[in-house]
Amino acid sequence: MQVVQQPYPNWHPSPPVDQVGVEERVARLAARSIKKESKVAALKLALSMIDLTTLEGSDSPGKVRQLCYKAKHLHDALPDLPHVAAVCVYPTLVRVAREELAGSGIKVAAVATAFPSGQADRETKIRDTRYAIDEGAEEIDMVISRGAFLRGEYGYVYDEIAEIKSLCGDAVHLKVILETGELGTLDRVRQASDLALAAGADFIKTSTGKIQPAATLPVTLVMLEAIRDFHLRTGQKRGMKPAGGIKTAKTAIQYLVMVNETLGPEWLTPSLFRIGASTLANDILMQLAKETTGVYQCADYFSQA
Amino acid sequence: MSTTSVASSTGLNWTYAPAPETADPKIRSRYELFIDGRFVPPAEGQYRTILNPATAEPLTEVAEAGAADIDRAVKAARRAYEKVWSRMPGRERGKYIYRIARLLQERAREFAVAESKNGGKPIRESRDTDIPLSVAHFFYYAGWADKLNYAFPGARARPVGVCGQVIPWNFPLLMAAWKIAPALATGNTVVLKPAETTPVTSLKLAELIQEADLPPGVVNIVPGGRPTGAALVQHPGVDKIAFTGSTAVGKWIMKALAGTRKKYTLELGGKAANIIFEDAAIDQAVEGIINAIFFNQGHVCCAGSRLLVQEGVAEILITKLKQRIRTLIIGDPLDKNTDIGAINSREQLNRIESLVASGREEGAEIWQPDCPLPEKGFWYRPTLFTNVSQAHRIAQEEIFGPVLTIQTFRTPEEAIERANNTPYGLSDGVWTDKGAKIFKVTRQLRAGVIWANTFNKFDPTSPFGGYKESGMGREGGWHGLLPYVELEETA
Repeated sequence: MQVVQQPYPNWHPSPPVDQVGVEERVARLAARSIKKESKVAALKLALSMIDLTTLEGSDSPGKVRQLCYKAKHLHDALPDLPHVAAVCVYPTLVRVAREELAGSGIKVAAVATAFPSGQADRETKIRDTRYAIDEGAEEIDMVISRGAFLRGEYGYVYDEIAEIKSLCGDAVHLKVILETGELGTLDRVRQASDLALAAGADFIKTSTGKIQPAATLPVTLVMLEAIRDFHLRTGQKRGMKPAGGIKTAKTAIQYLVMVNETLGPEWLTPSLFRIGASTLANDILMQLAKETTGVYQCADYFSQA
Repeated sequence: MSTTSVASSTGLNWTYAPAPETADPKIRSRYELFIDGRFVPPAEGQYRTILNPATAEPLTEVAEAGAADIDRAVKAARRAYEKVWSRMPGRERGKYIYRIARLLQERAREFAVAESKNGGKPIRESRDTDIPLSVAHFFYYAGWADKLNYAFPGARARPVGVCGQVIPWNFPLLMAAWKIAPALATGNTVVLKPAETTPVTSLKLAELIQEADLPPGVVNIVPGGRPTGAALVQHPGVDKIAFTGSTAVGKWIMKALAGTRKKYTLELGGKAANIIFEDAAIDQAVEGIINAIFFNQGHVCCAGSRLLVQEGVAEILITKLKQRIRTLIIGDPLDKNTDIGAINSREQLNRIESLVASGREEGAEIWQPDCPLPEKGFWYRPTLFTNVSQAHRIAQEEIFGPVLTIQTFRTPEEAIERANNTPYGLSDGVWTDKGAKIFKVTRQLRAGVIWANTFNKFDPTSPFGGYKESGMGREGGWHGLLPYVELEETA
């Protein structure tokens, strides 16, 4: 395979990132105290931003059908609940999910490009993506080639993203997973974010969920700063998706505070912010039930996905 | 908010609900003077009404010490010094100071609320900075009390005697801790005058000192205004003056003490340069600028009030700074989400307003966010000035408010020259990703404290103090022991 090194278009050097400063900012944001009606509004918003996810080798049509039903009926005992934003599955299960979710307004997202490792050649990744789209995926969650990125082959990674985006076109939303847990430093997170945005990512996403650490607040802040700078330069609004490890309502609210104060309230919409999670929804539902009834119910009252 | 639409194109208009801190500050309706271990009424019967600056409503009333009260306090401090405190072994003194530290830590939340109610600062700061740092100072200097022989090898450190200490209104309890802790650790006794608008936490500290069973007269707290401070400075029974406050008053103290045997340390005004190089981590630098100038409403002697930006990043930096300022929450100091609280007093608000007016008149360009301000109380919006000349008053004089001047520079040499072109020399900040540049630039800056890639960081182990008209002497760390001891050679 011939690797061609080239600068990517509209290239701006990524600014350095100061880890200590990022952690201090995160601590200050996480100390916001969100109470009462502002908490209820945030919890409902967070529900509407969830990409309800199952990505196991053992996934079956039956499991995906269950997940889709949960996506549509989060907790029927509570009135006025939103539905989640999307259901995220492997390409082979996209068709099942599309059938189950028809007419619900919930999108079907598929992981592609040799998820989760990305260890495949370009042709395989293209075929994988095309298959997912042909099966009916409305959103593609691709992984970048971390090996190439860490070797400094930025042109290769740029081309890879750009090519997948051209397959997606305008109709299919592309989320680019940086797998920040493998990038090592916040400087690299920033560089990868800038690269993915320049190459056409509609969303940048932290993690596959298969590597620890997955989404963290510091990593997300750095990625949001990249989105902010991209918006300042181009006027275009791109989205953000932290995924993996966001399990509690409290953490979800901390992410929303961060989005609100970094990118502004225009980003507080599922079209620009998503949370990839499998168990978060029930913790939020428990909190919402408590806001209604004044007491916490045990987990057995909330259906598993 | 639309609760069901996934593809809503506009975001949630999200206002954080009030989140007030509810701990009881236990502020009495009236405070007397604290002299010789007891609360006693003032000889002349004067009391001052203390306001909550966030509402401009009375908070409590506090006795005003006159010359006779100062005399009583100094004599009590002298008795305590000669009969008890200077003779007590260091390890015993240390136990008392540790006890103060522990009691303060146990009542941290109560003191934080009291500090915010009296001073107007956000509870986030009093809770996370003022009170924990005050506690840390007592703990730190308690540790020195029985180790003074190791602090000064080959010398015996003897106490100076009775210390008259005059502190400002911006960090009321923290400044009391900075002054009292090293004085007690080294065997001195204290007469402390809190600022006229913010005596509450000093007097609560007096209650706590009573509870700690400190021998009577070791610490005396005598609230009052300038005449009280002047009486303390000029009292012949005082051996050392420690003052934190304005440069004008500092100069007056130097004149008043000239020709006397009294020692003194002065921590005065500042006009710190905060220098941002093109290679800095810009987003973190923006946060650093916010902390440098808007911490405690800019009522900080070491505030980064002059921003010097390298021209290649000036435009983007100012854009980001304005974005960030728009997210600052201004209002009720007791709300846990408040970023900027109330201006400490009507007098200080007037001073800020008049200096900002001079900036406009001299042709600088002003920018403020259009955030709402509470109707009652003393408030000022965070303010930026661009198009600032080095000759403008706003670039030369200490504003002591949430007002930042912005100037650009092209070369490091130009930045250093600008930064040093001030009568002050308390603090500076440097932001760059290059370690070598940090050392090269900071070596040439004339300031007592220089932060690199951060700002307004304090620690009891670190000495603090100024060059030039920002003062003399150091507080904090080992250096902070020196002004409170006389060294005798033992070799």
